[in-house]
Amino acid sequence: MKKVYGSAAEALDGLLEDGMLIAAGGFGLCGIPELLIDAIVESGVKDLTVASNNAGVDGFGLGKLLDTRQIKKMMSSYVGENAEFMRQYLSGELELEFNPQGTLAERMRAGGCGIPGFYTKTGYGTQIGEGKEVKVFNGEHYILEEGIFADLSIVKAWKADDTGNLVFRKTARNFNPPAAMCGKVCVAEVEEIVPRGSLDPDHIHLPGIYVHRIIQGEHEKRIEQRTVRKREEA
Amino acid sequence: MPWDRNQMAARAAQELEDGMYVNLGIGIPTLVANYVGDKDITLQSENGMLGMGPFPFEGEEDPDLINAGKQTITELARTSYFDSAMSFGMIRGGKIAAAILGAMEVAENGDLANWMIPGKLVKGMGGAMDLVAGVEKVVVVMDHTNKHGDSKLLKECTLPLTGKGVVDRIITNLGVLDVVEGGLRIVECAEGVTEDELRAATEATIV
Repeated sequence: MKKVYGSAAEALDGLLEDGMLIAAGGFGLCGIPELLIDAIVESGVKDLTVASNNAGVDGFGLGKLLDTRQIKKMMSSYVGENAEFMRQYLSGELELEFNPQGTLAERMRAGGCGIPGFYTKTGYGTQIGEGKEVKVFNGEHYILEEGIFADLSIVKAWKADDTGNLVFRKTARNFNPPAAMCGKVCVAEVEEIVPRGSLDPDHIHLPGIYVHRIIQGEHEKRIEQRTVRKREEA
Repeated sequence: MPWDRNQMAARAAQELEDGMYVNLGIGIPTLVANYVGDKDITLQSENGMLGMGPFPFEGEEDPDLINAGKQTITELARTSYFDSAMSFGMIRGGKIAAAILGAMEVAENGDLANWMIPGKLVKGMGGAMDLVAGVEKVVVVMDHTNKHGDSKLLKECTLPLTGKGVVDRIITNLGVLDVVEGGLRIVECAEGVTEDELRAATEATIV
């Protein structure tokens, strides 16, 4: 089966539908599928629900899909970096479902593993636990959280082979594997597609079974908070 | 004289023991890393890293290498990377020995509020709810009172909770208190701060 596509638009062809649920990898602007986001903007698909830890920044990453009002609802843990997001949210144009970061990651992982729900201590006794089933195990309280089953996953990896085996780089891995796992279809963008056999099978971070379409491209990889130390301090 | 930010961070560093895996929050907790001395401490960054190193030298920033505050950082010889599900798996699984974090309010039963103020801009809880629910020992480092002089150690939190009954120890500019049965217990006062002064600045029950 051919998984390698020539462009982000080609790789998304036939996969986009108004009102769909998309799971996106990335943490802040690190490891986000920037090329696929651009192609989704171009496609004009709308009323999207997007499960992603963050919502990009103004004019970059998922922020672009907010600028064009293509997103109806976000499922996120932290959205503080985006003024347009706040404007749409406060004016009631955009729905927001806050998820604790670990709950969001585990909901994606669970969805990818066919687990419709799981119990966690996280959020018990807080607003997040309101309206959710509570169960006591060994004297401790847990709340029921549901797995996320996305229509489409969009992720970014460092390298892929043509069978979809993925290797990530440093902290750009973050939400990408669980996001990839929870989608009916997963499209991955990578910096380099390498020949089959050139990745060490023991060093594959996400097996190709989770990845259906792949594109290679140039990434801007914007830095959100550039922090450095002076050489004299060393 | 109450402790300053660095003295609070230095006191918090005393909570850490050799061999611990630790998660440090943003603000004063970040400074704790400067005071661990010879102790062998591995810092976790919940976006998917154990063994967090210092900021990079100028020109060596890597967009693929950031901490949970989205700042550029570096790796160490011991560093490992993993995805967010595994990262919070180790947090929820109780593998992280201690979390040191800031707070807006702590109640005498260990309730913690540090993620939102109703009516103000809500940015989200990030990983804070997972950390306080899963980590073995939760240490709060914060000023004893807010900018109006009101106690931040309360009988009950007024702000929405981050976690219920999760705080073990509180380190403030005035001293150190533990959450125990029935209220807070004074462990020590900052140098030059009397127990009466500490009690007077505390709304929570002191036992």
